[in-house]
Amino acid sequence: MLLITCPYCGTRPELEFAYGGQAHVARPQDPAAVGAQDWADFLYMRDNTRGVHAERWRHTHGCGRFFNALRDTRSDQFLGIYRVGESAPALPPDAPKEVP
Amino acid sequence: MSGAFRAAAGGSVDRSRPLRFRFDGASFTGLAGDTLASALLANGVHLLGRSFKYHRPRGLLAAGAEEPNALVTVRRDQARCTPNLRATQVELYEGLEAHSQNRWPSLAFDIGAINDLLSPLFPAGFYYKTFMWPRRAWKTLYEPFIRAAAGLGRAPSEADPDRYGNRYAHCDVLVVGAGPSGVAAAVAAGAAGARVILCDEQAQFGGSLLSDPDQPPAAWLAASLASLRSNARVTLLPRSTAFGYFPHNLVALNQRLTDHLHDPASVQPRERCWQVRAREVVLATGAIERPLVFPGNDRPGIMLAAAARSFLNRYAVIPGRRVVLITACDEAYRAALELHQAGSAIAMIGDLRARAVGPWAEAARTAGLPVQTQCTLLGTGGRLRVSSVRLARLDAQQRLLGRPQIYACDLVLMSGGFTPSVHLHSQSRGKLAWDETVQSFIPAQAAERTRSAGACRGVFSLAAAIQDGSAAGAAAARDAAARDPAAGNAGFAGRAPEPPIPERDASMAGFSGALPQPQAHTGSKAFVDWQNDVTTRDLALATREGFASIEHIKRYTTTGMATDQGKTSNLNALGFVSQRLDKAIAEVGLTTFRMPYTPVTFGSLAGFARGELFDPVRTTPLHDWALRHGAVFEDVGLWKRARYFPRAGEHMHAAVARECRAVRSACGIFDASTLGKIEVVGPDAVTLMNRLYANAWNNLAIGRCRYGLLLREDGFVLDDGVVARTAEQRLHVTTTTGGAARVLALMEDYLQTEWRQLQVWLTSTTEQWAVIALQGPESRRVLQGLVEDIDLSAAALPHMSVARGRICGVPGLLFRVSFTGELGFEVNVPADFALTVWQAIYQAGAPYGMTSYGTEAMHVLRAEKGYIIIGQETDGTVTADDVGLSWAIGRSKPDFVGKRSLARPALSAVDRKQLVGLLTADPNTVLEEGSQVLPAPGQRAPRLPAPRPIGHVTSSYHSPTLDRSIALALIAGGRARIGQTLSVPTAAGEMPVTVTSAVFYDPQGARLNG
Ligand SMILES: [Zn+2]
Repeated sequence: MLLITCPYCGTRPELEFAYGGQAHVARPQDPAAVGAQDWADFLYMRDNTRGVHAERWRHTHGCGRFFNALRDTRSDQFLGIYRVGESAPALPPDAPKEVP
Repeated sequence: MSGAFRAAAGGSVDRSRPLRFRFDGASFTGLAGDTLASALLANGVHLLGRSFKYHRPRGLLAAGAEEPNALVTVRRDQARCTPNLRATQVELYEGLEAHSQNRWPSLAFDIGAINDLLSPLFPAGFYYKTFMWPRRAWKTLYEPFIRAAAGLGRAPSEADPDRYGNRYAHCDVLVVGAGPSGVAAAVAAGAAGARVILCDEQAQFGGSLLSDPDQPPAAWLAASLASLRSNARVTLLPRSTAFGYFPHNLVALNQRLTDHLHDPASVQPRERCWQVRAREVVLATGAIERPLVFPGNDRPGIMLAAAARSFLNRYAVIPGRRVVLITACDEAYRAALELHQAGSAIAMIGDLRARAVGPWAEAARTAGLPVQTQCTLLGTGGRLRVSSVRLARLDAQQRLLGRPQIYACDLVLMSGGFTPSVHLHSQSRGKLAWDETVQSFIPAQAAERTRSAGACRGVFSLAAAIQDGSAAGAAAARDAAARDPAAGNAGFAGRAPEPPIPERDASMAGFSGALPQPQAHTGSKAFVDWQNDVTTRDLALATREGFASIEHIKRYTTTGMATDQGKTSNLNALGFVSQRLDKAIAEVGLTTFRMPYTPVTFGSLAGFARGELFDPVRTTPLHDWALRHGAVFEDVGLWKRARYFPRAGEHMHAAVARECRAVRSACGIFDASTLGKIEVVGPDAVTLMNRLYANAWNNLAIGRCRYGLLLREDGFVLDDGVVARTAEQRLHVTTTTGGAARVLALMEDYLQTEWRQLQVWLTSTTEQWAVIALQGPESRRVLQGLVEDIDLSAAALPHMSVARGRICGVPGLLFRVSFTGELGFEVNVPADFALTVWQAIYQAGAPYGMTSYGTEAMHVLRAEKGYIIIGQETDGTVTADDVGLSWAIGRSKPDFVGKRSLARPALSAVDRKQLVGLLTADPNTVLEEGSQVLPAPGQRAPRLPAPRPIGHVTSSYHSPTLDRSIALALIAGGRARIGQTLSVPTAAGEMPVTVTSAVFYDPQGARLNG
């Protein structure tokens, strides 16, 4: 069970959270103008990162708020937590490198 | 007397407390402090089990958790019957009753041993090769045979009556293993002020020191434990196995609380599962001695040298009178020396090495014990216990030096050196590295906040292990303090030195693989994995058949699998495979260590989550009324919902029919409180609804309702429900019972992440409002006298409208809605008033034939009207148009969730499955829901082996209103097929069905709008 730091409430066990999938997949402003392939990509295509992954979490059984996190999918270590609307923080200098 | 083989003095057993126990029906006496294994050995019992596959007689190989053979069932009663316990870990208590496993009719005479003679039939991969065909025979023939022939005990036949606890704990430093380095680590961390948890699988702390007869280590242990006990920040957990290492330093411990007691109190939990979240972890899990692999190495009486030391020094048991030791390392000489001192004869010490070097070898020679170098073991004799061994000396080219010699003996000790226990480090995803000096894998880079200390990283000598543990404990305390935001604690101040790179100790390194033999190996079986009955021949076969990856070899031969997880076998299997493949062990690699380290009861994992506490139960405020009126309940998610209300002597079919008729002809009352309710409030409430729901909301007047349809972004139907506008900036949104949380989460998601500028607030009000549905032609008359300030007339309160007012004196919302097709109302009152209002309505309706109805009648009534149920008519691949709801789509809106996807060609293909009704040719046949729908027999493509289904039945009931069966189905191009005849396979053969409209009753809606 992961330990996750909600930016509003602090560090809590994973039980209190719901995973929200890959972060920064913005809904297009005007979906009608989006072509078929791009729309299919928006709906279905997600990264399957081996390394640092930006993802959404919701503190469902706490404050109920969504936030973003950078997690190394190899080690499950969180490298950064940030609020919706903020851009991802710089990785710490000793963060593991992404591998292909 | 506690056994003929009990030493007169020594050990930590209590000679003043004899304990009687039974093994396979025979009575024995042991001593307090014994394990079942040591007590049996004290009584001269060496035959403790039969092996998994070949049913070979087996005795004790080890004295601890690594014991692969002596698996027993301990039985307290019919329900309290625990199989597969290691006799070496079962603490003796008065009256203990244990049974050997995997033998019939008795341990000494076991019919299954025929498997050993038939062993050419059971090579590696035997299951994969033999039982291929016919597939049908698996269930009837092969599997029962295999299960009967090869087994590991039996599960008890009754429910577990014991209680199990669980606990979460946080600490600065968790130390796993209370051997010398673990105790030293805990003392050092405790002295630095850290909150420490020290756990060990054994009842007593001390690890290897418990089997060490020397005085100075014992004194050090006693002083260290006293210091730990006096430190209030240190928690000591004996009988607690760390069985799993999870991300972010969560370590699971299984604490055994009562299994060692003669008569445990019934209120006391049997076990407790701890989830310890540690800032830092110190693994001090020690090392396990490796057996040697030679022909006939599995007879009872052949055991690890360290095991013999434990039995002798800790339990004061003489495991044999005439001893042969064969070893690849110096440490094992201690066993021969100590047994010699205890009066046993040492027939021979065979050393694998070219030179018997080391202080203990020196001491053995000084004591006059016979030692031979360059030794190997060719074979063993004896049936239920070893009686002889054949030793030989080989030169470097594996040529015989002189003639092999036979030695009579009743105990053969062996040592291939010690393998560090890296299970938990490996579970934590830490890396392992091959170490040339200790000839084993040891922990390398950690993935968690963890460090290994002592023998589990190849630091074997006692002084070095204590020093290593101490350094690790201090460093862990320092790192924990550094990561503690609230640090500042004086105890945390000093900086301990980094743990030094330890001197690796080669004296316990030893040998892995199979012992060299003078010619191509044709002798009897040489076991690598005792528990899974894997021999060198199996491994050789696997490599011969082309398996080169150790992960594949493991699965093909089953070596290192199951409850044992290769504690004694991993490195020997690797050593053997590396010899065969002519690759270095480091290149062959290591298989993954799986949790649990030793088996954990399901009870401990489940904890309190059993029976009624398995899942929370949600009940409505009207639950007790339904209970009193004989309702039969069904589970809908976590909710208990009244399914029907049978009267005396009435079965379900009759009750549902009666309830349906009452609604159609008079009036029924139904508890709809489980409906999800979300209050959507704010200046942008309507804007949010416009963007989320498919419908148009701008023109929804205050006091009016609309059927709302929610799609996913991919265009498929997600949820539905009635939405009412109760004020300018306030919408009362209802959802399906099962979809409430999902819909609210989706709304929050869009609101928090996509449309953050919208001024809207969402509140779940599911449990605040009780919903009483009143349905049927008489419902208006029933309600008439109960409302004070609401005009119930069709003009003032038409279908799909809502009014605020007092119902039975209680302020609430009155909806004019219907899910039955009848004139209907849904009374919403605060949950606390639900019962009062319900009873008042029920009473007022009595003269009209008021009937309470349940979810089953509700389903039938809505199906008669062709109303869909989300999750029944929809499955995540169904569009609004598929189920005839395209009228609800607000096509003129510029955008809403799912709109773009509706333009995808696949979502408007002509052959999409569409919702239609089906009428069976035989009106009494009620189709199975989920049945496939086929073209009529004459319409099928001729040569296909089986006709392709063109759809499936989603709902099917007997309709009391139509007095016949009805069904809803999703059929390819269904609406164009109305009038056609199709076919549905049933248990009694194919049933012709006629495709109809999905609305079976009152298609004009005259009753609804009455
Ligand atoms: Zn929070």
